[in-house]
Amino acid sequence: MTPTLTGTKKVVTGNHAVSYGAMLARVQVISAYPITPQTQVVELLSEFCANGTLRAKFIKVESEHSAMAALIGAASTGARTFTATSAHGLALMHEMLHWAAGARLPIVMADINRAMGPPWSVWTDQNDSLSQRDTGWMQVYCESNQEVLDTVIQAYRVAEKVSMPAMLVLDAFVLSHTAEPIEIPDQSLVDEYLPPYRPLYKLDPNDPRSFGALAPPDVYMELRYKMHQAMEDALIEWARADEEFSELFGRRYGLIEPYRADDAEILLVTSGTVTSTAREVIDELRAEGRRVGLLKIRVFRPFPAQLVRAALQDTEKVAVLDRNISFGMGGIFAQEIKSALYNSTKRPPIFGFVAGLGGRDITPSVIREIIDYTESHDEPEDLIWVGVKR
Amino acid sequence: MIEVRFHGRGGQGAVVASEILATALFKEGKFVQAFPAFGVERRGAPVMAFLRFDGAPIRRRSQIYEPDHVVVLDPTLLLAVDVTAGLKPHGTILINSEAPPESFSALNRFVVATVPAGEIAVAHGLGTRTNPIVNTAILGAFARLTGFVSLETLLEAMAEKLPERQRERNQAAARAAYEAVTIAAALERSIR
Repeated sequence: MTPTLTGTKKVVTGNHAVSYGAMLARVQVISAYPITPQTQVVELLSEFCANGTLRAKFIKVESEHSAMAALIGAASTGARTFTATSAHGLALMHEMLHWAAGARLPIVMADINRAMGPPWSVWTDQNDSLSQRDTGWMQVYCESNQEVLDTVIQAYRVAEKVSMPAMLVLDAFVLSHTAEPIEIPDQSLVDEYLPPYRPLYKLDPNDPRSFGALAPPDVYMELRYKMHQAMEDALIEWARADEEFSELFGRRYGLIEPYRADDAEILLVTSGTVTSTAREVIDELRAEGRRVGLLKIRVFRPFPAQLVRAALQDTEKVAVLDRNISFGMGGIFAQEIKSALYNSTKRPPIFGFVAGLGGRDITPSVIREIIDYTESHDEPEDLIWVGVKR
Repeated sequence: MIEVRFHGRGGQGAVVASEILATALFKEGKFVQAFPAFGVERRGAPVMAFLRFDGAPIRRRSQIYEPDHVVVLDPTLLLAVDVTAGLKPHGTILINSEAPPESFSALNRFVVATVPAGEIAVAHGLGTRTNPIVNTAILGAFARLTGFVSLETLLEAMAEKLPERQRERNQAAARAAYEAVTIAAALERSIR
């Protein structure tokens, strides 16, 4: 692999889009442990480090727990840090994810959504990332390889602004191993957008401080309050980062994105790559005269509850497509959306669909089936399994 | 939208072939999407790779079940897997084989074409007689068969995707296969 010319269009996989994003963000420390389907992300980054394309320290470690621990150390000294993982690798990091967030370190990570075992699977679903919902990491679900690259860059901007870590999430294989054209932005433009990381506090022998000390009950809660406030601020910062990104690069994504939602009687809510296929289906249904639209949830943490409320409250029915399952409750996006709408005066009925677990394909006809079901039923149901063999 | 499925064996370069073809089509202004069969690969086991291309942005991200064209990198796969599964009526099948297309009588409801990609690959120093690397040769034949992309653009895409020391041999093999493809005579006119 020769050093890359930026400012060009290339056909690259989602995994390599992540690598290019990290390269353009000028990350300084990378630590990672290989796991399918993520491995190609850090493989290309290690090549960039070896051939001088990227001036970063690449730390090889014996586990994902150590990878995150290494980044916590590096980020504490003020370095811009990056890692990528999937499924069991992310699960193994769990303790350190809490630590990164509590220590207010703006680490950015790519999680390639892979179903959890057992039974073993390498295919996509969202249970790995959603299991980390309450660790204090921001979570952004991507739909295309371009969005993946752009989100890496935006994530550093927001994470460093609010001092919280950020995880961008992409579907195994459907993005990670799929090659499509993307624009690789000019390095000078990325530098203009993303200045070097300057932390308020850092580990520095010339300015000694103590980090991670015991916090008795009279201060702990205040620190948790500040973390929550930072997440609230992050809602504004994501919007601002996206706006400024669009001014420089001509692309924007929003925290959520309504698609053909005006006057829709049914709104389908999606995240990840399903959104892309659903756009095609919505266009077909609109052409048939049916009043259906789409709402893509991109930023999941912090949850843009007000935006979701405004987008959904005037529709007649909502169908949420979850590629995940909280056993004993249902689809996780559906729960979040119900929760966001409950205190609203206008609450459309919400149908919760679970589909595509463990990489089962979500085809246009699966999406049609979900919309047909919602259209033909009056009473909402909390959990409808799509295509499951009983 | 046109959809293509590649059948190969792990290690033969079917995935790289789909990415080279995608790059070439992209260079000629098409929107493209190339992906492997999702899963784990083993050397020698049957594998698949896929390609979509269109004049408009491609939003569909489900898998390909009804391809317009099929490319078979290893003729022994015809005994192991149903390479015609879902293939559209009058779809084309390009097979790496020294035999004439008419000898594949079981496939006669499709447009069959053959190219001795294994021989060509070995003649150009790509792999060995028992394990020839045919992915670039067969792309040359595919370009000729379908006319979707020019040979020149295909060679440019190879220059972009392949390490420098492998470039010339692969490009020469693609060029040779471009000249060597044989299309079943009775069906030649029906290719779209």
